[in-house]
Amino acid sequence: MPKFYTEKIAKSPRIDFLKEQLFKEMPQIETDRAVLLTYSYMQTEGQPVITRRAKAFEYILDNIPITIRDRELIVGAATKRPRSCQVFPEYSFEWLEQEFDTLATRTADPFYISEENKKILHEVYKYWKGKTTSELATSYMTDETLTAIRHNIFTPGNYFYNGIGHVTVDYAKILKKGFDGVIKDVEAEKATMSLSDADYCKKNAFLEAVLICCKAAIRYSKRYARLARELAEKESDTVRAAELKKIAENCDRVPEYGARDFYEALQSFWFVQMLIQTESSGHSVSPGRFDQYMYPYYLVSREKGMTREEAQELIDCVWIKLNDMNKCRDAASAEGFAGYSLFQNLIAGGQNKYGEDATNDLSFMTINATENVFLPQPSFSVRVWNGSPHAFLLRAAELTRTGIGFPAYYNDEVIIPALMSRGLTLEDARDYNIIGCVEPQKAGKTDGWHDAAFYNMMRPLEMVFKNGEEDGERVGLKTGRVEDMRSFEEFYEAYKTQSDYFISLLVNADNAIDYAHSERCPLPFMSCMVDDCIKRGKSVQEGGAVYNFTGPQGFGIANMTDAMWAVKKLVFEQGKYTLGDFKEATADNYGKDMDAHHAQKLTLEVCKKLAASGKTLTENDIQEVYKTVVKNDCSEDKKAKYSQMLKDIEEIPKFGNDVPEVDAFAREIAYIYTKQVEKFRNPRGGRYQAGLYPVSANVPLGAQTGATPDGRLAYTPVADGVSPAAGRDVKGPTASCNSVSSLDHFIASNGTLFNMKFHPTALAGKNGLENFVSLVQGYFDRKGSHMQFNVVSRETLRDAQKNPDKYRSLVVRVAGYSALFTTLSRSLQEDIINRTEQGGF
Amino acid sequence: MSYLSQKGRIFDIQRFSIHDGPGIRTIVFLKGCPLRCRWCCNPESQSYEIQEMTLGGKTKTVGRDVTVAEVLEEVEKDRVYYKRSGGGMTLSGGESLTQPDFATALLRGAKDISINTAMESTGFADFSVIERYLEYLDLYLMDIKHIDREKHKAFTTQYNDKILENAKKIARSDTKLIIRTPVIPTFNATKEEIAKIAEFASSLDGVEEMHLLPYHRIGSDKYAGLGREETLQEIEPPSKDLMSERLEVVNSYGLKGQIGG
Repeated sequence: MPKFYTEKIAKSPRIDFLKEQLFKEMPQIETDRAVLLTYSYMQTEGQPVITRRAKAFEYILDNIPITIRDRELIVGAATKRPRSCQVFPEYSFEWLEQEFDTLATRTADPFYISEENKKILHEVYKYWKGKTTSELATSYMTDETLTAIRHNIFTPGNYFYNGIGHVTVDYAKILKKGFDGVIKDVEAEKATMSLSDADYCKKNAFLEAVLICCKAAIRYSKRYARLARELAEKESDTVRAAELKKIAENCDRVPEYGARDFYEALQSFWFVQMLIQTESSGHSVSPGRFDQYMYPYYLVSREKGMTREEAQELIDCVWIKLNDMNKCRDAASAEGFAGYSLFQNLIAGGQNKYGEDATNDLSFMTINATENVFLPQPSFSVRVWNGSPHAFLLRAAELTRTGIGFPAYYNDEVIIPALMSRGLTLEDARDYNIIGCVEPQKAGKTDGWHDAAFYNMMRPLEMVFKNGEEDGERVGLKTGRVEDMRSFEEFYEAYKTQSDYFISLLVNADNAIDYAHSERCPLPFMSCMVDDCIKRGKSVQEGGAVYNFTGPQGFGIANMTDAMWAVKKLVFEQGKYTLGDFKEATADNYGKDMDAHHAQKLTLEVCKKLAASGKTLTENDIQEVYKTVVKNDCSEDKKAKYSQMLKDIEEIPKFGNDVPEVDAFAREIAYIYTKQVEKFRNPRGGRYQAGLYPVSANVPLGAQTGATPDGRLAYTPVADGVSPAAGRDVKGPTASCNSVSSLDHFIASNGTLFNMKFHPTALAGKNGLENFVSLVQGYFDRKGSHMQFNVVSRETLRDAQKNPDKYRSLVVRVAGYSALFTTLSRSLQEDIINRTEQGGF
Repeated sequence: MSYLSQKGRIFDIQRFSIHDGPGIRTIVFLKGCPLRCRWCCNPESQSYEIQEMTLGGKTKTVGRDVTVAEVLEEVEKDRVYYKRSGGGMTLSGGESLTQPDFATALLRGAKDISINTAMESTGFADFSVIERYLEYLDLYLMDIKHIDREKHKAFTTQYNDKILENAKKIARSDTKLIIRTPVIPTFNATKEEIAKIAEFASSLDGVEEMHLLPYHRIGSDKYAGLGREETLQEIEPPSKDLMSERLEVVNSYGLKGQIGG
């Protein structure tokens, strides 16, 4: 008899209806939260910040408009309109005010904002001038750091302008005892305290703040209970009226008390999930091991007679709600995190804390839900180990074959020891889940600060060629003129010197931001669900969590390897070129015209400046500007020389083709980043740990990087994550896998990201699925950490560019997440199309 | 001389091949073939000589001499994927039977390091030659293109008597045998022609599977690249419907039919 129920369970018609409602209009900016928050802050001037945060949270929850959407079974919406978003002025606001007029028309993640709301926000923002985390963080940073940020060596934008998020709270605790249980815990803790304790004042203030938040959350759910009853009374459809009555009963019970069945547990989960995202604007609030903490309630309800179909419909409804949340980012970040993604990572399968396989029926039902709802949220992942049930892996592969870009596959055999090397206990490490894109941690105990900054590994190399100076400004260190460097070792050391320097600035930036959050935006609500905040009497932001990390992510490892290897071979071994030749060629972009996409952007900037200076521009003028911008005017002789140079570079072996010496070299290159990063510590008492993944920043940050010695042209994308550079891995998927697994994935314990793109034919039939699973397992046997796939044909993507309306629901894997292809910026679309399409032969 | 130093001539090694034998496999393409099938999609495989072929404006040399050890080093790289998928090494061509010393040494080398072996082959050789392979071969993927000897000769330049005779003998050996038939409109794509092949296949001892491989035009530009004319230019690949109808014919003989490898 099979151990699991592995069959697909069809979706109910309700799900299609709810999905249609989600997408019927453009997402909007709503202002209720910002107004309520600001009003509350004005009443609490001078009080402890933790108290002010709690009171503001309470005031928002008591007064923000609530809504129950048509036919939904799980309720609780952060905004009146679907997929809209609230505003969080306490973190930063200047960017939003500056972008009011372009929000609706920008290419990546547009939002509608009404004129009235612009006015309201304009008023609100007056209060916040000088009071945001972003402003405080800036004031803590050194000038060198700010210069490096301005020159895009690294980008700490995520937490610089927004909340932190990136957490998986202890959902199981709330499901079990509700906020009433938390209140009792807090009271018990208070009973152990004495007024004369050294830490009494702050601890007491924190605990009081937690009490305010818990009570506010309970009252909030009761507002929904009342609304559901009112709607039920007015409802003419008796079936819906009964549903609304049931919703009211649920909201009366949870999250105040423990859930008694599956439906209550799901409703309780949802309140927690959406309220964390109302308290702060941080994304990657990840549900984690949903199949594990929900399972006891599933069993109870099944025992009481709930059918599998009923359970599936409820899970599908939760998936819809996860897509109802949204976040508006500044234009640059929107490109880096494109696709309206909130990165709510939910993971199925894997081991329990005792090391036994924990796959259950719900693991399969989460796959069903992802297939049924077929939207970018949750970011769906599976854990794979040597004891994973084969049926589970095959079912996961079937989901991959749909082309949705889910699941991402994670390797227990690497991640568990990697986490233990960072100080987690064996039991905690075995119980890991993934945050956001690819970042592993233990739920309910960790403040991982996982997306701490994007670090573009190519930029320090540019600084070597520029001797630390760019646009007439000192950005990096003086490592000497490359023309004077006599050995590869000297060149390599210069890179390391620049890189180490920028990493120290990155740490300065992150620690400045870290302090700013703990001083201005501690989060009492979220903190009450992370150990050991209550015991320590400290918020997560002040170091209340058991495990504390800061994880900045490097990317461009493939280009860096290829560039260094080309220099090593062509300059120092074959003697065909000098470093001076490379300096000149990269400065001249190898004689090539500028990338069209980038040229258009630059043209736009130039024209805007001209227009601002009062010039009237004709269509012709714009064309002329474009021509000047795009055209490379270096001499024909030079062009010929560069063209030969590119050919010679092409001949040099590249990362991604299973060439042992190149792959071993890549491992060394990655260490320049990963080993340096882990030397540092953060203000919460935790350490730094490196990740190697780009989200989707390899495109916008590549667009800020000049030509490089690997033959990469200026402003084109840098390789994503640990994947080979697009189009350079030509020996097939197993060769790519071997190269990528040659990197040290254990030391990059904040996660690595390996993207592969398959044509659907490679996964055809049962054999296709079996071989696909074998490929994943083979990569994992070789100690790769993560893998994800896009399964769509090039033609499909091209067609989607031409006919976006036909493909509104086409989901592709971007980086650590999937997004709707048509909502991505054109350049990111191109990058996805150009990633090597691996086919079976 | 150790058999590992045995030299032979190949024109390609392709990894992650998932259509020629079980699991994930590495295919070694040997150069040289005694047949000249008109539909051949690898015309650069036919001559034993090292040739120049121009594709997409780039001229490349087709064919290189390598030792068994060199090939095995490449094959070894994907061991972990073979282990997970039940895959291994597949010899293809050309026709591997034309380089018996090299091919048998390769197979022996693979078995010595516990790698599963398969061979795609027409079976056109003296059985005494084939016997040398069987000892090291787990799976024989044998092409039976037509039962009619005259038509076979007309389209491949050789009679099929030896092939059919060898099939019976291979079937009785310890090596697993799967019959594969390229489905070529104008040559063997009618219901009757496929039925005859299926009837023959089902008569072989222990043969359970027969694969139908639809003709495709992947080789077209290669003919031009070699300065040759393709002899089957006007042929349309068989339709999906036709393929499924022929599959039913195969299954009706009690065989486990399959479209594609």
